[in-house]
Amino acid sequence: MADQKASTSIEAVESGLAAQGYIASRQIATAVYLSQQIEKPILVEGPAGVGKTELAKAIAAWRGMKMIRLQCYEGLDEAKALYEWKYAKQLLYTQILKDKLGEVLGGAQTLHAALDQLHTFGDVFFSKEFVEPRPLLQALEQPGGCVLLIDEIDKSDAEFESLLLEILSDFQVTIPELGTVSAIAPPTVILTSNSERDLGDALKRRCLHLHIGFPEQRLEERIVESRVPGISQTLRRQMVGFIHEIRTLDLKKLPSVSETIDWARVLVLLQAGELDTEIVKDTLNVLLKYEADIEAALPQVTTFIAKAARHNVFG
Amino acid sequence: MRENLHRFFRAARGVGVRVSPAESIDAMRAVSQVGFSDRDILRDTLLLTLAKTQDEKLALGDCFDLFFSQPEPQQEQPANDDNAPEGNNQSPSSDASGDASGSEPAESLGPLAQMLLSQDRNAIAAALANASAAASLSDIRYSTQRGIFSTRILDAMGLQRLRDDLDGLTATNPSLAERLRAALDGLREAVRDAVSQGLALYAREEAENLRNEILRNAPLARIEPRQVEQMRHLIRQIARRLRERYSKPRKRQRRGHLDVRRTLRRNAAWGGIPFLTAWKRKHRDRPKIVALCDVSGSVARVSDFFLLLIHSLHEVVDDVRSFAFSSHLIEVSDILEANTPDAAMAEIMSKVGFGSSDYGSSLDDFEHEFMSILTPQTTVIVLGDARSNNLDPRADILKRISERSKRLVWLNPEGRLAWGFGDSEMPRYATFCTVVRQCATAQQLERAVSDIVATYQ
Repeated sequence: MADQKASTSIEAVESGLAAQGYIASRQIATAVYLSQQIEKPILVEGPAGVGKTELAKAIAAWRGMKMIRLQCYEGLDEAKALYEWKYAKQLLYTQILKDKLGEVLGGAQTLHAALDQLHTFGDVFFSKEFVEPRPLLQALEQPGGCVLLIDEIDKSDAEFESLLLEILSDFQVTIPELGTVSAIAPPTVILTSNSERDLGDALKRRCLHLHIGFPEQRLEERIVESRVPGISQTLRRQMVGFIHEIRTLDLKKLPSVSETIDWARVLVLLQAGELDTEIVKDTLNVLLKYEADIEAALPQVTTFIAKAARHNVFG
Repeated sequence: MRENLHRFFRAARGVGVRVSPAESIDAMRAVSQVGFSDRDILRDTLLLTLAKTQDEKLALGDCFDLFFSQPEPQQEQPANDDNAPEGNNQSPSSDASGDASGSEPAESLGPLAQMLLSQDRNAIAAALANASAAASLSDIRYSTQRGIFSTRILDAMGLQRLRDDLDGLTATNPSLAERLRAALDGLREAVRDAVSQGLALYAREEAENLRNEILRNAPLARIEPRQVEQMRHLIRQIARRLRERYSKPRKRQRRGHLDVRRTLRRNAAWGGIPFLTAWKRKHRDRPKIVALCDVSGSVARVSDFFLLLIHSLHEVVDDVRSFAFSSHLIEVSDILEANTPDAAMAEIMSKVGFGSSDYGSSLDDFEHEFMSILTPQTTVIVLGDARSNNLDPRADILKRISERSKRLVWLNPEGRLAWGFGDSEMPRYATFCTVVRQCATAQQLERAVSDIVATYQ
């Protein structure tokens, strides 16, 4: 019975994401469903441009939650990711409250007594009002939950990973002056990585690991269909078939889904009815981002178009 | 089903996916959410929770398919074919007579015999699974254990009782006995398949460990061609281990030695009164390695693996210059960087290999062209057997190399006993080396390289 529920829920995730224009494979949908059920972050790996970041956006839009994004880069630290003290505000308040402080402490005869009195007021200047929340803390403080996207985690330093561990496993952070802040509602956390460096085992262990590769031809056609509605079916099939042929080449950077969509838009703008050698050669720079790649692909263009067309007839 | 999942985790460890207890708990939780009814969803779920890289996903996917493919008891096919014609004809009569005579012996037969005769696939598969668990099939480690595990499983299923039944039936009901015997053969086959599957699932890790252990201690110069690929794999593993150990930048502070200059500068604002102290820090150099490898004759293969290892250590040693020589010397760093190990070695061999080694002229080449790359931070590694065909060894050049560099390490694939005999110039060279060690196996290679890198820590 529970099993039935699971497969229907996974389908619900799939259709929910599709309503936001994100065509998810069943694996992706399973990952999203599981992350919700067992409250675990998803670590998404895969080549650039296959829709890792889009996934987070689609989930946020589908569930009607706020998306908080933390872009990682080398040198990202606690102060920029977690929280910071508002130094200026603290200074300003001390200045403004100077007289008041004088009054309060006026009665004290000795320095020691004044200090004692000051202690009874507690840490006024290290309270919640003076904390500037950065993305990670913001995500914990959202009352309705949110989608926290930690983008390109592989670009950050190894130390930053360790900082994330507490948030990822317990959805809480510890601020020495304030104590532990727990999430009001556990956020859905999505981490993306381009595998530029190997992530630590501790981080991987806390996440569901999802690898998004290049989609299958059918799936990619559906993606193009949902993103570029104006394109005709024949052209869509031909261009996706062509791109799948291109991906068999040994290139520096293979065209990914985002390039497919861009190319589809370009072809629609140029009002191409179907693929021919001229138009492909003119627009190849949309697909391939390196001069060497374009040179490697050019001689193959005619064959690939023929193959794609044949596939169109028989497929 | 919990039990099955646990066995699956063991199998997963077998294919090299590290499944920690925490991960297995997560996987359990996830599975309890999605259930077992849809195998594809179950597969996705386990891949999501257990595998942490793309390679692991592939391995685990294969493991999943193997694990959940039940070995089907195959006795029906032949039995049906044989019996089909007469079975159809006789079905009414045999049913009629079966009620009288057939059910009576069935009552007296053991459970296994009944199961086999009724050809209840599911019951047999379940019994087989239970018997495998009872015989703790997941403990199988070596292919030589196949026989004993098959026997154990059959015993657990009640083979003894079946034999008694067979003996009894041969006397009373020969045709039924014949059917039972055929079914038993089918069962034996199914058990054998189950054991083979178990071996493939659970014994892989052990077999691999054993093979690696043997490989680690095998002399590199004499391994067989079919083992070369395995050895490369092992060398890459060693490289990964060394990288993990040495690539972390560790800041070392030496407490207790005041850095006067930095302390004064830091406290200039207070008129030089040292509020803040600065301590001397130990400067850590990145290893700089110059490797000279003999590629003649039997040393070539050792050089091959050594170069592969050194060049796989990018994160630890980024400054490596490699040279290969037999009768003369050339630089091979670029060849190694640009090509696959196989292609690189082939190119190197075509350029300098196949000559008789001449250490004197090779060292001379090095002094003339490359002496300037040596700095006081450089470790020079010479890999060779120091057999110079009675030509002039030019130990004086080695002395100058040693003086210019931080350390000079000589790795010799020959055993210590052979040094100095025949045309070996090892004792003469050894005087100028910081360290001389034997380096014939992968293990010795790992230790040697590890020691060299460790001197920079």
